[in-house]
Amino acid sequence: MRKLILAISVLALGSAAASADPIADRQAYMKERGKIVGGLAKMVKGEQSFEAAGVQDALKQLEANAEKFDAEAMFPAGSEQGGDTTAAPKIWEDMPGFNAAEDKYLAAVKAAVAAPAADVDALKAQMGALGAACAACHQTYRIKKG
Amino acid sequence: MGLLGKLAGAAVVVIAAGAAAGWLLSAPVRLDAETLAGLKPGDAGRGERIFNAGGCASCHAAAKAEGEARLKLAGGVELKTPFGVFVPPNISQDAKDGIGAWSLEDFANAMLKGVSPSGENLYPAFPYPSYARMKPSDVADLYAFMKTLPAVSGKAPDNRLSFPFSIRRGVGLWKRLYLSAAPVVELAADAPADVVAGRYLVEGPGHCGECHTPRSFDGATVKGQWLAGAVAAEGDGIVPNITPGEGGIGDWSAGDIASYLETGFTPDFDSVGGAMVEVQKNMALLPAEDRAAIAAYLKAVPPHPDGYPPRKQPGKAE
Repeated sequence: MRKLILAISVLALGSAAASADPIADRQAYMKERGKIVGGLAKMVKGEQSFEAAGVQDALKQLEANAEKFDAEAMFPAGSEQGGDTTAAPKIWEDMPGFNAAEDKYLAAVKAAVAAPAADVDALKAQMGALGAACAACHQTYRIKKG
Repeated sequence: MGLLGKLAGAAVVVIAAGAAAGWLLSAPVRLDAETLAGLKPGDAGRGERIFNAGGCASCHAAAKAEGEARLKLAGGVELKTPFGVFVPPNISQDAKDGIGAWSLEDFANAMLKGVSPSGENLYPAFPYPSYARMKPSDVADLYAFMKTLPAVSGKAPDNRLSFPFSIRRGVGLWKRLYLSAAPVVELAADAPADVVAGRYLVEGPGHCGECHTPRSFDGATVKGQWLAGAVAAEGDGIVPNITPGEGGIGDWSAGDIASYLETGFTPDFDSVGGAMVEVQKNMALLPAEDRAAIAAYLKAVPPHPDGYPPRKQPGKAE
C-alpha cells in the first residue's frame, strides 16, 4: 500500500514538473499577448497618443512572448479536453502545421521589431499583418465553445 | 362495390391527391413577372461591394484563397453538415462548368428564389433564404461584377447527402414554409437609417443569421432566437451569440463591433478565429459606413440568451 501511494505521488510529481495545468498556463500566455497587442491598438485607435519608444517596447515584449512558445509543452497529450479550453483537435492531428502557423506569427513579430512603425498609419499596417497571423492560426487551431 | 371497396377507392384518391398536391407544392417557384420586369442591367463597380458583403469567395473560391485567387470561383469548399456534405458549385464565368451562360434572370432566380436555370430547387446551404431579402438591383450589380471575373473550368463534385435530404424536390416544400423576402427584425418606421441599412446587410447579403442562429430539426433558422448563436454546423464548436442578450456581445460598443469587423481584434484583443476569419476578411473590404451600419443593427436587435447549450462541466479528461 505504501509503495502504491509512493508510486502515485511520484507520478503526480512527474506531471507537475511538466506543468500542473497546461490549459490554464497556455491561456494566461495567450492573454499576455492580447494585453500587449491591446496597448498598441490604443495608439492606432487614437485613445493614446503615438509614441515611437512605446511601440518599440511593446513589439519587443511581443517578441519575447512569441519566443517562449513551445507547442509540445503547452499542448501536451492529455490536454486536448478539460477546463474551458478552446484548443481545436486539429492541433494534435497536425502538430507540424500548428508549429508552422506559430512560426509565421513569430516571423511577423520579428519583422515588426526590425522595422518598428514610425507613425500611426505604419502602425496600423503593422497591426494588420500581426492580426492576420493571429487569425490564420485561430482559423484552424481554435474552436469556440459554449 | 362493397363498403371496403369504396374505402379503398377513397384512400387511393386521397393518396393520389396528396401526392399530386405535394408534387405541385414542391414545384420550384420563379420570380414573378413584375420583379423580372424591374430587373435592369447592373453596375459592376457597385457589385464588388455586394460580392464582398455576400462572402461569395469564402465558399466558392479555394479554401484560404488570397488576392486574385479569391476571384476564381471554381467551388469545392465542402460544408459538412448533419444532412450530408454540400459542395459549393463552380460559379465562375466558365460557360460549361460555371455560370457563364446564365442570364441575369437566371442569376436572380437562383439568388432570390433558390431555383436553377433548369428549374431545380437549390439546397439552402447556398444561403438564398437570406439573399431572398436582397434588392433586385443589388443582385443585378452583383451579376455585372461577376461577369468581370475569370472563367475557371472544372465542375465541383456533387453533394453527398443522406436520404431523404437527397431528394431535391423536397426542398420546394421547405421553401414554401420558410422562404420569404420579409425582414426578420421589425423596426419602427422612424428607426435610424444606419440601423435599417445594417438590417439589410446582416439579414440579406451578409447572411449572418445562417450561422449565428440556431436551426430547427428541418434546418430552418429559428427566428425567435435570431442571432443568438448556435452549435456550429461543422465540427464540435459553437458560433457565438451576437445579440445584446446574456452570453452575447451587449458589452461591445458599436465602435467595438465595427473595429472587430475591420481588424479582426475583439475588444479584449483576442483575434477572430474559425470560419469567421474568412467573413472578417470580406467585411474589412466594405466601406466603413457599412461596418458601422452592421454594428448599429447588432446593437438594436432583440436580446436573446445563448442559442447553444452550455459546455459540460467539469470537462476534465472526458
